[in-house]
Amino acid sequence: MSEFASGTLSAKNIHLSFGSNHVLRGIDLHVPQGTTASVIGPSGSGKSTLLRVMNRLIEPDQGDILLDGRSVLKDNPDELRRRIGMVFQQFNLFPHKTVEENVSLALRKLRKLSKEEARSEALEQLDLVGLKHKADSRPANLSGGQQQRVAIARALAMKPEVMFFDEATSALDPELVKGVLALMTDLAKGGMTMVVVTHEMGFSRNVSDAVTFMDAGVVVESGPPEQLFTDPRTDRLKGFLSDVL
Amino acid sequence: MDFLTRLGETFLDWNKIAEVLPSMFAVGLPNTLVLAITSGLIGAFAGLILALMGISRNPVARWAARVYTDVFRGLPAVLTILVIGLGFGPIFREMTGSNSPYPMGVAALALMAAAYTGEIFRSGIQSVDKGQLEASRALGFGYGPSMRLVVVPQGIRRVLPALMNQFIALIKDSSLVFTLGLLATERELFQIGQDAAARSGNLSPYVAAAIFYLAMTIPLTHLVNYIDARLRTGRPEKKEPDDAAAVVGKGAQA
Repeated sequence: MSEFASGTLSAKNIHLSFGSNHVLRGIDLHVPQGTTASVIGPSGSGKSTLLRVMNRLIEPDQGDILLDGRSVLKDNPDELRRRIGMVFQQFNLFPHKTVEENVSLALRKLRKLSKEEARSEALEQLDLVGLKHKADSRPANLSGGQQQRVAIARALAMKPEVMFFDEATSALDPELVKGVLALMTDLAKGGMTMVVVTHEMGFSRNVSDAVTFMDAGVVVESGPPEQLFTDPRTDRLKGFLSDVL
Repeated sequence: MDFLTRLGETFLDWNKIAEVLPSMFAVGLPNTLVLAITSGLIGAFAGLILALMGISRNPVARWAARVYTDVFRGLPAVLTILVIGLGFGPIFREMTGSNSPYPMGVAALALMAAAYTGEIFRSGIQSVDKGQLEASRALGFGYGPSMRLVVVPQGIRRVLPALMNQFIALIKDSSLVFTLGLLATERELFQIGQDAAARSGNLSPYVAAAIFYLAMTIPLTHLVNYIDARLRTGRPEKKEPDDAAAVVGKGAQA
């Protein structure tokens, strides 16, 4: 049974251009409820942009995004984003607020909880990521790994149906990567629907249910991790894997 | 040594200084502070609005902020004060019956302060990392709440030293309202010094006024430096190793 109220997310034929630069060229991605999809590929292949289009931080030029089978392109984008948690490469915690305030801000202002309710819920989330004792510290006084776990708690506090991870461990020192990946693994096993853009091939192979390999704005290959990692069919994926593994 | 004695008599006649001190404390200092603080607050508020217009996606708002800033930063303070005070003063008098030149003086100072603080706020807000707005929007906040709760507070914090410098400039520029003609009770530090100097034919009252200005501006300058250093380094807090990280995720061992 899933611990989360997770949903199914689909992107259909997504196109996006910045000026003459055609960044996404007809992307399809289907992430069934409770599964983890990892998206791999070289830098500049459009992976991070795809995440931002799927929660409408960037509006697609063409295509559709469905959450639980229903198109969300006509919804209020702010409301859509409350249903999709996002974790960034650079953590992006709010440095002028304490750790607890980082987590409780959206609870108070968007879910309209009282200050006390929001704090106790925030502390609960921080406890889950092992950082309750840092509740009243400023983000700047935390290590990168701790900051990223706070960022995960902040996203989870909104009780999202889907979680996005945008290279969540790329900015971390090697010894701090493990704790964050472990937390992501727990979430995946707990039944959260996740889209994970990553350079961590171990995570992609061992934890995700499906892997999508993107290059130059198109999905080159996708399927179960075993298939992609042991039997890549395209030269581009073969080349990429030999570069990173 | 004759000229040294003469200089001493001209600038440091202690009796003349002592004579002018009571009215400087009772009248001049409060008036200078009223002028600087009210125009500073109004100017800061208007400046924040200008800054938000300056970074808005609406080209008309951006253009209006640009023109306003260029005009009021580009004019000499004394000219703005005279034009506003003499031009709008009579209209204001007819509308309100008030003879005081203060509202127009404050308005002129605030208009100029707004142009400067607007640029200060804008640079502060624009220096906030784009990821902050993105993270806030990703949580589900709209553009307005994201700016209000996340981006603007950080931007303002960064420019506090520059804002304090602007306030120091305002304390000094407040002396220019003397050009509008002040009643005895309306005189600020400079005007009191000037009146006493004219009456006595001695420049020591100016020195007294100078000491008052310096007593305000020098501590503020050092406060700016302190805030600046504090903002750079932050309050020290003990860091601890990230050992908890390895224990949290039970999935890692699975």
